[in-house]
Amino acid sequence: MATMTTVPNTRVKKLSRRSFFRVSAIAGGGMLLAYYVEPVTKVFAQRGPQAPLLPSSFIKIAPDGIATIMAKNPEEGQGVKAMLPMLIAEELDIDWKDVRLEQADVDTAKYGPQVAGGSTATPVNWVPLRQVGAGARHMLIAAAAQTWNVPEAECTTASGRVMHAASGKSLGYGELAAKAATLTPPDPASLKMKDKKDYKIIGTTVKGVDNLKIVTGQPQYGIDFELPGMLYAVFQKCPVYGGKAVSANLDQIKAMPGVKHAFIVEGGTDLNGLLPGVAVVADTWYHANTARKSLKVQWDEGPTASQSSKSFADAAEAFSKQTPQDTLRTDGNVESAIGSAAKVVEAAYSYPFISHVPLEPQNCSAHFHDGKLELWAPSQTPQQGLQVAARTIGIEPSDITMHQPRIGGGFGRRLVNDYVAEVSWIAKQVGVPVKLLWTREDDVQHDFYRPGGFHYLKGGVDASGKLTAWHDHFVSYGRDGRFVPSGDIGADEFPGRFIPNYSLQYSLIPCGIPTGAMRAPRSNALAFVIQSFIDELAHAGGKDPLQFRLEIMDNPPLAASQGAGGRGVGPEFNAPRMQGVLRLVQKTSGWGTRTLPKGTAMGVACHFSHSGYFAEVAEVKVNSDKSIRVTNFWVAADIGSQIINPGPATNLSQGAVIDGMSQLMGYEVTFDKGAAVQSNFLELQPLRIHQAPPEIHVDFADSQYSPTGLGEPALPPVLPAIANAIFAATGER
Amino acid sequence: MPYKLIVNGKTTTVDAPADMPMLWVLRDMLNLKGTKYGCGIGMCGACTIHLRGTAVRACQTHVSEAAGVPITTIEGLSSDGEHPCQIAWQEIDVPQCGYCQAGQIMSASAMLAKNPKPTDKDIDAQMMGNICRCGTYLRIRQAIHRAAELATAAKPTPSRNGHGN
Repeated sequence: MATMTTVPNTRVKKLSRRSFFRVSAIAGGGMLLAYYVEPVTKVFAQRGPQAPLLPSSFIKIAPDGIATIMAKNPEEGQGVKAMLPMLIAEELDIDWKDVRLEQADVDTAKYGPQVAGGSTATPVNWVPLRQVGAGARHMLIAAAAQTWNVPEAECTTASGRVMHAASGKSLGYGELAAKAATLTPPDPASLKMKDKKDYKIIGTTVKGVDNLKIVTGQPQYGIDFELPGMLYAVFQKCPVYGGKAVSANLDQIKAMPGVKHAFIVEGGTDLNGLLPGVAVVADTWYHANTARKSLKVQWDEGPTASQSSKSFADAAEAFSKQTPQDTLRTDGNVESAIGSAAKVVEAAYSYPFISHVPLEPQNCSAHFHDGKLELWAPSQTPQQGLQVAARTIGIEPSDITMHQPRIGGGFGRRLVNDYVAEVSWIAKQVGVPVKLLWTREDDVQHDFYRPGGFHYLKGGVDASGKLTAWHDHFVSYGRDGRFVPSGDIGADEFPGRFIPNYSLQYSLIPCGIPTGAMRAPRSNALAFVIQSFIDELAHAGGKDPLQFRLEIMDNPPLAASQGAGGRGVGPEFNAPRMQGVLRLVQKTSGWGTRTLPKGTAMGVACHFSHSGYFAEVAEVKVNSDKSIRVTNFWVAADIGSQIINPGPATNLSQGAVIDGMSQLMGYEVTFDKGAAVQSNFLELQPLRIHQAPPEIHVDFADSQYSPTGLGEPALPPVLPAIANAIFAATGER
Repeated sequence: MPYKLIVNGKTTTVDAPADMPMLWVLRDMLNLKGTKYGCGIGMCGACTIHLRGTAVRACQTHVSEAAGVPITTIEGLSSDGEHPCQIAWQEIDVPQCGYCQAGQIMSASAMLAKNPKPTDKDIDAQMMGNICRCGTYLRIRQAIHRAAELATAAKPTPSRNGHGN
């Protein structure tokens, strides 16, 4: 009889100097071949569409006044399915109870960019979607004014009705919709939108719109999708990235129960597209996956087989003793400033490759018939997925229809559409509806990992404790000056521009392991290193770590580098906004004013990414066996003038703290002979409930800036805040 | 081989290999998609179901072991989404992506049946087998306390002043 599986009481790993993110040592080394894929950052830089969005694309109003609003972006738990329609409904001036939501198919001409990535949904859609609502309201007013033969300016709206005060007339939107639909949409720029004080929906909490389906187990995720006559596929790729399938025992596999097809897929070399492998297609997924266990494939592993975590660590160690390959930014003279500093700190920081492990394994359903392809794709970048599918099977994007099921977690993994390419190819071969489902092992071993990295740092403070010098030799992955995806660093990454003597240099290790964006890409690693090292320098200078950060930002910033990007959309770093959230978290956490029990201490960190300013404080208890527990946590954020949906915004911020703790402790993947060593939740441990802090406080600063995103920028300070608290408690890093 | 299954109060017969996990029997033979696949090795809890009221992992339960035993899945926890956990989960607005939540609710409801007033410590001990990758653990704790409250209110303990407890 089955029993509950017990889970090891995995607390935070034991401390080791400056390397929470320890790289395991495994044999390997030798020849290297690198893959370079188009940076995923490109998809973050989404722009508004060239043509204005039409109200008719987004809003349907039934005669009874119920408005159906299209939810345009992929929903992966970040809450856009409610949040974006809230913007439309607010300006439409209708009660939320009279709104129904419908998940849009992929059609960027109609809906504008459809992306779940880079915390871009808010900044990209804040103006255009409110204009959609305001445009529809304007058309409804025009229809009423024509009906009553009164000036439009005398008409007002409220709760889904147009009113004319002088005559006492009023009509519901449902009664006006047919006439309004015949009118020309107004120029969006001409529309006056509501003042913040008049909001009735924006700023109120709308709970998860699919909650009832979730708690009653109704099908809605990609993995749940079924069509009559559907077949089920598994796809075995070479454990070594980029390896080719030479031959396989296909006849034996085809004879196994339920198996309908088994074939080799030649594939290509683009890690973002269709890679070589063996497809097994059966009448049930269980049959396909059972047959797969008997699959014997001869692989041509290729050159990545010589790479390993050990070879990477050795290469980094060698680079640390050499002149860096290139320089990203230089200010003043670091060498002489270090020479004259009162205190100098040197440190080597490292962090490993980590895996996304969204709980719903990769999957996609497809039906190819009559030269056309229909896809049900849990993708964060469905626009790109559609292009990938078209390229893979040689049809036009216009011959593809793509639906967007609810997504069981993305975290950046589903920015890449490799599973879409695979199922498209398989669907074309089998000609009937087919669902591809990866196992958890496939998911862990064929990820686009957050790349590891190494930083060799040197910093100096003067006799007054002021930070005067900073040098970072960043050893990352890439070749010929091109970083692997998400392995890069902005030339002006903080504290760049705020230290008179500063130098940021890098060297690159060739790497054939696929890498990609993971929640707060780059920042999730860089904040750990930079904010931990700042803490070391604060302690060296005898300064309070929070005050030390405030003082760094008192320096007028030096000129920004030309074209220094890599942050997604939004303006450059604004020091007063960061100082504001530091002061806010100082207040909310009681920083420096609370008496804590022995072994318990607080740590602070702040980071700017994805246009968001976050300062966070961790309270950590370190036990005598050096296991730790995060006992309290405070988040302070400046993400602009309006929190659109406050309840889910708090939930998402708390989730970012938990996710940050998992990134710190649980998601490490190592490589041996060019393949991932870990494969499932025995070896990877996302944070579990008993490790979660009892409380996570979230506060949003008053701000005059335009609203920006939340899901990503909340995460980066979590890791260094905890590391700094551990240092404060133990004196160890 | 045919097995007689009693799922959510209905008896049905499936023809499956003895070692086929209930996860795939439920999802692909009985079209009950609420029980989720997350790891297949009993480490994530997304496939939690009740076997005679006890929470088990469907991916680790063979069809031959489940035959003839009353099985409850998320679809059968209540007829209309009115189980205290289902109400509390919506009231507290627990889900983010929501993929793990059916399993969380099945673990929580089995715990509450045995321990109607769990402490945070009880909750942590009983729920640590269920991963929430989005990190909604604080709200899961809160929702379980709320469900406990709702269950108590629904079944008031008789007392002299007419109030529960």
